Amino acid sequence: MFGFSRPQLIAFLVMVVLVAGAPFVLYPVFLMKVLCFALFACAFNLLIGYVGLLSFGHAAYFGMGGYVAGYAAKAWGFTPELAIIAGTLAGGALGAAFGWLAIRRQGIYFAMITLALGQMAYFFCLQAPFTGGEDGIQQIPRGNLFGMISLKSDLAMYAVVAVVFLFGFLLVHRIVHSPFGQILKAIRENEPRATSLGYRTDSYKLVAFIISCALAGLAGGTKSLVFGIATLTDVHNAMSGEVVLMTLLGGLGTIFGPVMGALISTAMENYLAQAGAWVTVIQGVIFVTCVLAFRKGVIGVLAERLKIQL
Amino acid sequence: MTLSRRSLLTTTAAGASLPLFGRRARAQAATIKIGVLNDQSGPYRDTGGTSSVAAVQMAVDEFASKGFKVEVISADHQNKPDLGTQIASQWYDRDGVDVIMDVPTSSVGLAVAGVAKAKNKLHLNIGSATAELTNGACAPSVIHYIYDTYMLAKSTGGATVKSGGDSWFFITADYAFGKQLQADTSAMVLASGGKVAGSVAYPFPGTTDFSSFLLQAQASGAKVLGLANAGGDTVNSVKQAKEFGITIRIATMLMFITDVHALGLDVAQGLTLTESFYWDMNDKTRAFTKRFLPRSPNNYPNMIHAGNYSAALHFLKAVTDMGLPAAKASGAAIADRMKAMPVVDDAFQGSIRKDGRGMFPAYLFQVKKPSESKGKWDYYNQLQTTSAEDAYKPLSASTCSYIKA
Repeated sequence: MFGFSRPQLIAFLVMVVLVAGAPFVLYPVFLMKVLCFALFACAFNLLIGYVGLLSFGHAAYFGMGGYVAGYAAKAWGFTPELAIIAGTLAGGALGAAFGWLAIRRQGIYFAMITLALGQMAYFFCLQAPFTGGEDGIQQIPRGNLFGMISLKSDLAMYAVVAVVFLFGFLLVHRIVHSPFGQILKAIRENEPRATSLGYRTDSYKLVAFIISCALAGLAGGTKSLVFGIATLTDVHNAMSGEVVLMTLLGGLGTIFGPVMGALISTAMENYLAQAGAWVTVIQGVIFVTCVLAFRKGVIGVLAERLKIQL
Repeated sequence: MTLSRRSLLTTTAAGASLPLFGRRARAQAATIKIGVLNDQSGPYRDTGGTSSVAAVQMAVDEFASKGFKVEVISADHQNKPDLGTQIASQWYDRDGVDVIMDVPTSSVGLAVAGVAKAKNKLHLNIGSATAELTNGACAPSVIHYIYDTYMLAKSTGGATVKSGGDSWFFITADYAFGKQLQADTSAMVLASGGKVAGSVAYPFPGTTDFSSFLLQAQASGAKVLGLANAGGDTVNSVKQAKEFGITIRIATMLMFITDVHALGLDVAQGLTLTESFYWDMNDKTRAFTKRFLPRSPNNYPNMIHAGNYSAALHFLKAVTDMGLPAAKASGAAIADRMKAMPVVDDAFQGSIRKDGRGMFPAYLFQVKKPSESKGKWDYYNQLQTTSAEDAYKPLSASTCSYIKA
């Protein structure tokens, strides 16, 4: 099913059980944050892990998704599912425009172009009237799912976030293991060769880019509904850096890596908050250690030890 | 080292099922938990920061507890509304915090007030300035304690226009607070027959170089430069104005004694500003300050520190008055009780209006010349007093929805 190998299927089932059981043990709002970032990291991983494109401006799509979903829910009175879809489309549309420009270059140039475009998106969000500038869009209502089910309780919202996350996760997995995904991997390994085999690599890269951005928008839109707020933090380039770190920490090009990376990174931010100014220092040390000791990320190293693919 | 797949799976499964049996610790019922949420590392760390936490702790220590324990926790919101929302939700939901106090930075203050409103939990805002907290964003469980943008505009703005400063240029921190302060001051200036020559908004937080804005103000030909910012930003703008030889009169719309101390009297002399508390005002405030200083050796108390002390004390009195179970049950109920009781302590005497507006007089001060200052932190000459009824927006003009029902 969905192209899972047996160990992957077991790992996936374990993950589903954990996702379903966790809100009864841990604070649901924290878990929702983890799931939103996990989805964001999965979207990012689709690009860097399977197409080999390093985007340094992914916060733009994540944040824009958040703003559009938040604005739609607050100002236009969209129901949550429509608001999230609006956020997804916004991420995808922005991705189509930026991607169209960025995929014309490779390697470091591609990264620089995405970084520059990401910064442009940041300044747009800073100045555009609908984003509320430094205040952000506040008090976004969670509303009623399909106009019927109230999402006011954290557990109800958690169920929605969990479904969105699992949907996004399975979608990424399905794409990676489809014939389309095989071509993406071929492009990652050797683009000229893929071209010589007759594939229009630019079109494939663009489609992958748009899917990744739309998923980032999905994650951002969901996050803004969870917290009832969409702010500049989510479009800032520090967020673009954070998603790179999450993916590296968990394991580049592994399907479970980004999820693990998001969990580690968010948990660190959450539970180290008491350490005050030392948080960033501690995070830095942990990241350096991880990069030196587990070059393939936590899940990458684990998969290697177990000689399986995760 | 090699792990076998099977052993890994069993360990993971066991590990995953383990926490289900342990119940997480809940806050004990006989404890009142106060959360102080403010800026401890950014531009507002001296106007509130750890000294505010110390002030709350002092109120708790001085309060002769009647049958319940009081615990104080604190966190740094880094001036980010999203971080403030997250911490506030977590404190109210999971950590059993009964009241969140201080919360400077209006954008964060509004966000936390929104959380408090949704959860019917008490929020005592001391550090934020925006008058929206008792207008558009008002809530039955939110109290805005010692000052707001309307009162600053009325006191500092009104006095400046009266003394001939009738054309203004604003340098504004580009977020809820700065915009509101500029709007309220502009309204005041226009109402008294003055005019606004222009304004420039700068990104907050993170701006440290104000030179281009200052030159723009100088070039505008206005008589008064209104600084609609606060804390470290005000200190930087005033300092740089001095360095650049900016000659137009500066109105620091929001300034605290801690900022004057940071600037030094050489630079700050002659500035007029409004606070609702001055440590050297009378015997009571001096007694308060004497007790406060050992807890905060670097900062004499400004109105935010004193306000945190007073609000915490008033809150604890209200809780004692209504009993712990009733206080725990509803934020709006405690707020109502606090509004019904007069505020009497060493720092503040007054009351809280039904829209949550703390009613205390506003004092206009002028910063002393270095030659006039007789001792440590002897910084202010009092120019005028505006009574609470005059200083704050009248209830009839309020846009707060729940008080009309």
